[in-house]
Amino acid sequence: MTPDAIDLAVFRELQDTAGAEFVVELVDTFFEEAPLMLAELRDARASSDAERFRRAAHSLKSNSMTFGATTLGRLARSLELKGLDASPAADEAAIVALDVAWRDAAEMLRELTRG
Amino acid sequence: MAEGGHLLVVDDNKVNRLLLIRNLELQGHRAVGAENGRVALERLERETFDLMLLDIAMPEMDGFQVLERMLANSRLRDLPVIVTSAVEGMDSVVRCIELGADDYLRKPVNPVLLRARVHSSLEKKRLRDTQKELLQRFATSEVAQDLEQSGFALGGRHVQATVMFSDIRGFTALSTTQLPDETIELLNTYYTLMFDAISGQGGVVNQMIGDGLMAVFGAPLPLADAPAAAVRAALDMIEMVQLFNAERALEGKPPIAIGIGIATGEMVAGYTGTQRRATYTCVGDVVNLAARLEAHTKVAQRPVLVDAATRAALGANMQAKSLGRTAIVGFPEAIEVFAVVNPIWA
Repeated sequence: MTPDAIDLAVFRELQDTAGAEFVVELVDTFFEEAPLMLAELRDARASSDAERFRRAAHSLKSNSMTFGATTLGRLARSLELKGLDASPAADEAAIVALDVAWRDAAEMLRELTRG
Repeated sequence: MAEGGHLLVVDDNKVNRLLLIRNLELQGHRAVGAENGRVALERLERETFDLMLLDIAMPEMDGFQVLERMLANSRLRDLPVIVTSAVEGMDSVVRCIELGADDYLRKPVNPVLLRARVHSSLEKKRLRDTQKELLQRFATSEVAQDLEQSGFALGGRHVQATVMFSDIRGFTALSTTQLPDETIELLNTYYTLMFDAISGQGGVVNQMIGDGLMAVFGAPLPLADAPAAAVRAALDMIEMVQLFNAERALEGKPPIAIGIGIATGEMVAGYTGTQRRATYTCVGDVVNLAARLEAHTKVAQRPVLVDAATRAALGANMQAKSLGRTAIVGFPEAIEVFAVVNPIWA
C-alpha cells in the first residue's frame, strides 16, 4: 500500500462534513465509476476522440480531488490539460501510470472505509 | 436552517451529484439530481425549483446549452443558477455568467462556501419573488413581464388602445353615512371585484383614485378586440356589482351603482414617474373622452357609455344604442354617445 495515495486531511474532512456512513456509499460509487472512466479514457485514446478523452480525464480528476486522491488527481489533471497527445504511445504510458495510481488510491480507500 | 429550498443538482458525474445532494440535504434543503442537461430541462418543465446547481461539461447537453434554453423560456429565465465546475480556466465561468448564471462554485465544492452561496441565491430569489408578487398585485402578469423585460424603461409611444373609467355613483354621500371602516371595506371589496372583471378580459387597471379607477385594454401589450374586451369587462363589472348589492341587501345596506365610460383610439402611453416609482399611463383626447363619458353616465342615466370608435368595433352579440350627439366638455364639437345595451337590464 502506498500510504500517501490518499490525503488523510481531505478524506477526514469529507467524513466530517458528509458523514462517515455516507462516505462509505460514496466510495462504493467511486469504485463503480472510476474503472468506467479509465475504460472511457482508453477507448477515447484508441478512437482519437479528443473531446471524450478530455471529459474522462476531467471526471477522474474531479472525483480524485473529492476523496483526496492527490496523485491520481494530479495525473488525471495533466491529461485533461494536455488533451490527446500526438503520439498515442505517450498517452498509453500515461494511462498505465494513471491505472497504477488508481489501484493505490482504491486500496487505501478500501482500508479507510472498511476499518 | 429556517427555510430550505427545493434544488436541482445537474452533474453527469455520479460521485459529484450524490455528494452535492448530500451536502444540501444536511443543510436543510430538498435536492434531486439530473445526470445531464436534457434530463435537467425535463425536470424543470415538470417541477418548480428554487435554485439549480449546474455542471458545465456534460454529455448529451452541456451547461451552456441548458443556460441558453433557460434564457429563451420565460418561466425558467428567473431561476437562479450556480455553476459548479472543475473546468480549468475562467473563460467558461465568464461565459456562464454572461448566459445568466448567478454564481460559481469550484469543484470539489467546499460545504461552507456551498452553504453561503446557496443561502444568498435563495434570498435573492425570495426578494425577486416578493417584488414580482407586488408588481402583479397592481398589474396583470403581462404588464409585470413587460416591465421586467424592459428593465422599467420609462418613455412613451403611440398606441391604439381602449380606455375605461369607472366610479361609484354617489359614493361621497354614502361615505358620510357609514363608519370609516365600512367605507374602506366597501372600497376594497369593490376594487377586488372590478380588478377581477377587468383583468379577466385582458385589461390593466393603472390608476385608482378614491372610488374611481382607470383601466387600459390593448396596451402596453396588444390585445385582440380590445374595444369588445373592454365592453365585456364593463358588463361583467355591472353584473358583479349586482351580486354585491344582493349581499349588501342581506346585511341591510343600501345598493351601490357604478358608471363606466369607454373610448377607443390612438393615445400616448408609457411609464411615467421616476425609476423608483413609476406607473403605466395613457394620455390624449381618447383618455379625456373616456373620463367625460363616465361622468356623462349620470346625465344619461345609463351605466355604460362608449364612443363611436368603440361601438364600431363591437361584434353582433353586443349592442350599443346611439343617444345622439352631445356636447362634451373639452371637445369643440358635439360627440355621438352610445349606451351599451344589455338584455339583462332591459
